[in-house]
Amino acid sequence: MIEFESEAFVPEPAPGVPAPAPAPTPAAAPRRIADIPLTDAAVLQAKPVIQVEALNLFYGDKQALFDVDLEVREHTVMALIGPSGCGKSTLLRCMNRMNDLIGSVRIEGRIQVGADDIYAPGVDVIALRKRMGMVFQKSNPFPKSIYENVAYGLRIQGIKAAAVLDEAVERSLLASGLWDEVKDRLQDSGLGLSGGQQQRLCIARALAIQPEVLLMDEPCSALDPLATSRIEELIFELKRNFTIVIVTHNMQQAARVSDFTAFFWMGKLIEVGLTEKLFTNPRVRMTEDYISGRFG
Amino acid sequence: MRKFREWWRRGSGLIWLSGATLALCLLMIAGLVGYIGVKGLGYFWPGPLIQAMTPNGPVLGQITGVEEAQGDDTAKVQFRVGNRDLFGQDYRWVPKTDLHAPSRPREAVLVERLEYGPFIGRIQGVTRDGATLATGPAALATIQGLLPESVALQKRIHGLEKGEVGGLNARIEALRLERRELEAKGAPAAKREALAQRDQALQNQYAASERRLELLRAQGERVQVTLAAVDGQTKTLPLAAIVRLVPANALGFLGKARVYGARVWEFLWDDPRESNTEGGIFPAIFGTVMMVMLMSVVVVPLGVLASLYMREYANQGWLIRILRIAVNNLAGVPSIVFGVFGLGFFVYALGGTLDALFYPGKLPTPTFGTGGILWAALTLALLTVPVVIVATEEALASVPRSQREASLALGATKWQTIRNVVLPGAMPGILTGTILAMARGAGEVAPLMLTGVVKLAPSMPLDGSFPFLHLDRKFMHLGFHIYDVGFQSPNSEAAKPMVFMTALLLLLVVIVLNLFALRLRSRLRARMGGGAF
Repeated sequence: MIEFESEAFVPEPAPGVPAPAPAPTPAAAPRRIADIPLTDAAVLQAKPVIQVEALNLFYGDKQALFDVDLEVREHTVMALIGPSGCGKSTLLRCMNRMNDLIGSVRIEGRIQVGADDIYAPGVDVIALRKRMGMVFQKSNPFPKSIYENVAYGLRIQGIKAAAVLDEAVERSLLASGLWDEVKDRLQDSGLGLSGGQQQRLCIARALAIQPEVLLMDEPCSALDPLATSRIEELIFELKRNFTIVIVTHNMQQAARVSDFTAFFWMGKLIEVGLTEKLFTNPRVRMTEDYISGRFG
Repeated sequence: MRKFREWWRRGSGLIWLSGATLALCLLMIAGLVGYIGVKGLGYFWPGPLIQAMTPNGPVLGQITGVEEAQGDDTAKVQFRVGNRDLFGQDYRWVPKTDLHAPSRPREAVLVERLEYGPFIGRIQGVTRDGATLATGPAALATIQGLLPESVALQKRIHGLEKGEVGGLNARIEALRLERRELEAKGAPAAKREALAQRDQALQNQYAASERRLELLRAQGERVQVTLAAVDGQTKTLPLAAIVRLVPANALGFLGKARVYGARVWEFLWDDPRESNTEGGIFPAIFGTVMMVMLMSVVVVPLGVLASLYMREYANQGWLIRILRIAVNNLAGVPSIVFGVFGLGFFVYALGGTLDALFYPGKLPTPTFGTGGILWAALTLALLTVPVVIVATEEALASVPRSQREASLALGATKWQTIRNVVLPGAMPGILTGTILAMARGAGEVAPLMLTGVVKLAPSMPLDGSFPFLHLDRKFMHLGFHIYDVGFQSPNSEAAKPMVFMTALLLLLVVIVLNLFALRLRSRLRARMGGGAF
């Protein structure tokens, strides 16, 4: 294997994945995703992990989400699309209760993760967030070493054993495809990595605590096309072990990586369906207009 | 005109204006530091001793000032003639026209003494046990040869007085208190007898030490030096009273440099003499540094915890807004007001209570119920806490929201997020606040005058006697020293250079303390891989 010394992002094959002969060109979608036949039966038969029922959300007096019902199936990718301010990020942040941080938020309806109603009184929010890993729009590694970034989630759980931490760091970095690039400089600052590497470091950090679900809030919006395709490939890999909800502005991305797509407009869920079907044959006129670029 | 307008519109004018303003500020600061530095550092350089004839007899001394003719007043020259014990004053103004035949006699000597300031004149002779060792200018070498031994002897005497005798005194005092307590309780006679015996033993030891000291002192008196002033008066004094001989006119550059070095060393590391106008200022340096450190130890946790609550936990409503304004305004309260509060609350209320609870035996002599370094440090901590709060709040606010969210999303509690992400991120800013607080605290004088600073502290707040750290002791401070020497001294003319030198030193102390904090900050920043500050 060739060693790359430069800090710049260089696509290297993720471990366990056969190297694509030529490096993927920025324009082309990762081929591997296209290679997999999406059988309707498989994804539709998966059991639901997240169930949103009749969700209304208010910021003070202003309502941001109207009566949303949504289901996310196990080991599938759900893409949330829609114009800016349509409430898709808000919905995502409801799923791990990050909206709690904003004082004026009020919620009606329910969200169920697994068997638990996460807005029921007495719910342990800390435990919930350990189940729901989150990746943010802008990569936000801590100003700590690469190792400490990944180990952070375990350290705050009180895990001190070096063997456990080492194992988790290696596993997570392998899973996020960063291991080969950083294994020799784990003690360097996480801020010294390139943008795409930083975002994968954040993914590794989220994976380290072994969540059930990965919530991704426009994870590629600040990345160049090469780094973006790298993350998209990674999402496809991660789907095998995790359930993923991804907010994206990029319709091609939604088409490439997701099994299901939900289209939001003005806080309302307009249409949800199998990605293939929604993009080729939308049932609602508004969805068709949006994905064909006529508005939004 | 149009050209000018164009020039202004492009902003060139503003660049020049802002650049010039910066240059002006720098110039003023450099001027201040330079003035203090030149005035202070020049003082230790041995200047020439000038002898001249006047109608009222000869005059010998250093020229310290010249006043040009103004109206009816003729030009005058200021001589530092020394010999305060003979002449009554250190300085003399002589009209320029009265001066004749100025010369620099090689045999003229400036003698630095323990008392009465310097003697300026000539050496007549030196005797040991009454027998003449040398006379005339040749005696200089003899005295210089004997001087190191004499100085060492003085050091030994001083050490004994402070160490052994001081320690004995403390033990006798402790015993006295114990006896008083026993008597109050009505303890059995046997116990009291034992104490009395111990007391007697200590008294005997004390007497023995005193006798040894007497012997040493007598040894210092054996060599006597006779000096003659320029007007013929003579003065005989023991070698023990002499600190240094400076034959300023006979010294070459190297010799002068050696005198300079010795004087600076003395200034930095010795105790003051002659009501602080001579000798060193080490106790003041030590007191200042220690007080500032004590203050920092108190103010940083206080300020950081308070702003942590204000910024991270409190509901950001009108109450917290008012509180924030109040804290900011606290920084504008005159410092003397803090001094009054410190005196009333810390010294009298808190200190008085502590005395009543823990030191009732010593009353009515107060222990904590009087000014001391602890109360001064606490008062200054109160004075500087707004600085730390404002800086810390700013630093906490500058920790990006995205990092807090990242931590919370990983299942961290709010406290874990604050401890692991927010506080490390804010640390450089907190240290900036600490630096500012230290600089502010080191320069304050007014509140200290009410809460524990004194002109001359017999013992330092940190020394070899148990319990080593004496928070109840009064202390000396460079800022107060400047005020005291410059404006409260009986001989302020002679003390003037001392003021500049002390100011310079205070500046240096602040710089050193700041450098220490800066280093800490840059090390933290390096570990964090680039921070916000």
